[in-house]
Amino acid sequence: MKRLLIWAPLALFALVFALVAGGLIKPADRKIHSAMVGKPVPALAMKPLLATKPGIDSAALKGKPRLLNVFASWCIPCIAEAPQLLKLKQAGVEIDAIAIRDTPEAVQAFLARNGDPYARIGDDPTGKAQIALGSSGVPETFLIDDQGRIIDQHIGDIRADDIPAILAKLEAAK
Amino acid sequence: MIAEAGLAALWLATGFALVQVMLAWGAAKGALQGTGAAVMTALRRVAVVQGMLALAAFGLLIALFVLSDMSVELVVENSHSMKPLIYKIAGAWGNHEGSMLLWVTVLATAGAGVALFEKRLATATLAATLGAQAAIAIGFYAFLAFASNPFVRVSPAPLDGRGMNPLLQDPGLAFHPPTLYLGYVGLSVAFSFAVGALLMRDVGPAFARAMRPWVLAAWIFLTIGITAGSYWAYYELGWGGWWFWDPVENASLMPWLAATALLHSVTVLATRDGLRAWTVMLAVVAFSMSMIGTFLVRSGILVSVHAFAVDPTRGGFILALLGLYIGGALALFGARIGTVKQGATFELVSREGALVLNNLLLSVILGVVFIGTLYPLVAQAAGVQLSIGAPFFEKAAVPVGLALVAATAAGPLLKWRRDQWKTLFGKLLVPVGVGVIAFVLVFALGGAHWMPSLALGLAAMLAVASVIPLFRRNLRRTPLHIYGMVVAHLGIAVSIAGMAADGAFKVERLAAISVEQSVTVGPYRVELLEVRPAVGPNWSALEAHLKATRGDDAPIDLFPQQRFFANPPTNTNEAAIATLLDGQLYTVIGQGDGAGRWQIRAWWKPFVTLIWAGGFLIALGGLLSLVGRVRRERRDAESDA
Repeated sequence: MKRLLIWAPLALFALVFALVAGGLIKPADRKIHSAMVGKPVPALAMKPLLATKPGIDSAALKGKPRLLNVFASWCIPCIAEAPQLLKLKQAGVEIDAIAIRDTPEAVQAFLARNGDPYARIGDDPTGKAQIALGSSGVPETFLIDDQGRIIDQHIGDIRADDIPAILAKLEAAK
Repeated sequence: MIAEAGLAALWLATGFALVQVMLAWGAAKGALQGTGAAVMTALRRVAVVQGMLALAAFGLLIALFVLSDMSVELVVENSHSMKPLIYKIAGAWGNHEGSMLLWVTVLATAGAGVALFEKRLATATLAATLGAQAAIAIGFYAFLAFASNPFVRVSPAPLDGRGMNPLLQDPGLAFHPPTLYLGYVGLSVAFSFAVGALLMRDVGPAFARAMRPWVLAAWIFLTIGITAGSYWAYYELGWGGWWFWDPVENASLMPWLAATALLHSVTVLATRDGLRAWTVMLAVVAFSMSMIGTFLVRSGILVSVHAFAVDPTRGGFILALLGLYIGGALALFGARIGTVKQGATFELVSREGALVLNNLLLSVILGVVFIGTLYPLVAQAAGVQLSIGAPFFEKAAVPVGLALVAATAAGPLLKWRRDQWKTLFGKLLVPVGVGVIAFVLVFALGGAHWMPSLALGLAAMLAVASVIPLFRRNLRRTPLHIYGMVVAHLGIAVSIAGMAADGAFKVERLAAISVEQSVTVGPYRVELLEVRPAVGPNWSALEAHLKATRGDDAPIDLFPQQRFFANPPTNTNEAAIATLLDGQLYTVIGQGDGAGRWQIRAWWKPFVTLIWAGGFLIALGGLLSLVGRVRRERRDAESDA
């Protein structure tokens, strides 16, 4: 008993060492993943934010794979992401969007400055639709297959080297 | 040239540390055979030179910052030629590489101090101690050289630096890290003493008496560092809180808890020759907690407001050093402690018994903080994300802390070896009475929650009990360390009272008001007179002019600011705090709504300053005790000679 006690501190330290080494080798994933991945898009009925584009009705998000981009005109990474979205649009991808806590004037100005990749823009003035999607920030992009199911979630801005993978996933979802 | 000289000093120090380890081996071996006095002298000198070289390297780094040498990467990344001088100097340790150099410098200087001043320890044990200290230093020199070289040059040199995080541009930075590090790393001496004593099988009162002043000194700095850091966070971060249970704060609290326990158990070993194994274990644990804290902070493995960069290479390097030193010391403990004979025994109701209780309770708190701090890593290993905050720590640690306050009141009233319950109760009658009255007043009449009320009651009890050891004593003949104990325990009572008063009675108001409107917080009516621009040496700001009035007292003017720093572009909040006899009025200005209204956040925090006043009293008590102990040691040494 006494011998065990003598070695207990070393054993305890070995345990902590292993734990910490594990944490160091495999850094924590601090992203918040949506629980909606793999499930159909939740029922959403958002008014159009701009008079020139339709809003978002989840029943309409079917027929072909698409991206649903969660953005805001007040979000700096969204500006960084804009050129990539334009490239995706050029590649033939339909991109719909949800504007979080925004105003038509601000979004209009944002699109005029950074380009407009969007087919639809739904107005989410309170962030309720964002919560329904399980999105915790902007920008986030959901990949939706032709059945209207969420197949993937991209957290943070889309970088240039993310584009091929996104295109491949959308192609596979056809 | 300066940078190269600094690097050379570091490499030379590493070389001397290697020599020191070899000499230590020779000196210890020689001492056991009754020879080797010359080797011992050489060992002492090498240790001193090693400390001076580290100090020189650190001084040269400061010189680079003062001269704004923009060909040195660290200066470019963390300084700017426009910065006020004091922040240029402080900038030398306001970053990873510089602070690690400070860390090693304290380690080497502490070793040099032991070599210079330690006279009473058995030669073999002293040699082994100096060897252990140098062995630790070698690992951290290697860390600096291979993973965190502060003297790297950039070419071409940029025209100016990127500036320093403005949150760090505060007098707090000049004092907080150095004092904290003196405490943190000063504990390395206790660690080396323990390793030396284990190697030489010399765990006894002489070893404890030799170790005690070093532990005390480190503990004093740690206490000041934590107290000052808490106040710094309180006014600089603008959240109105004084402790956030942030992993980095916990990293400084854990060594303090272990060192506090060690301070008490070392007294039992020195005075009564009891608790031999336990004291050695605590000496190892205290510095191990410092190293683990350094690792947690420097690896960025945990999420913290002290947003240091995540760096797996550096983290891995420090972790390897931890494994080597802590693992090695604990293995040595396992191998050797069985050969250490059991020391003197004692009754349950005795001073020793109370000190054991103190140690157990401190260890429980240490365990709670340790588990709470590392649990997110356990969860992460299981694939779950979570963070642990104040609710856990407060629920788990506060009750134990309050029990500890009660034990602190009783402990000094007990006699060594054995005492009677009856006598203890008799002595505690008055303090407990005062405590009960305080509790009833606050709980029933003040309408406070029962937990802070209980804390206030216990604080009152401890305040009274802490001065009882001075009763019926000739105050002029009372040893200084008794005064030290009294002042430190009184400091704990004062600090706990401040925490409880803040917890029970603070009032917070958040309001959006326009100019000439006012908001009431506690006894104060705070009126917004004006919002205007203000400028400083390297910032511009929006400054609110607030006028706070209470009854017929003269109004107080407060000027909270929202500062904007250009290099690097950052916003900070400068709270305006009015310190009064019965508390602090804490105000912050937030965003404007563009229509003339401004967010004003105000707190009335009754007696909150007692928290830090108590902290400094605790440190003062430690200082009195240290002076008393050192003087007595010196007198004993003279009478021995």
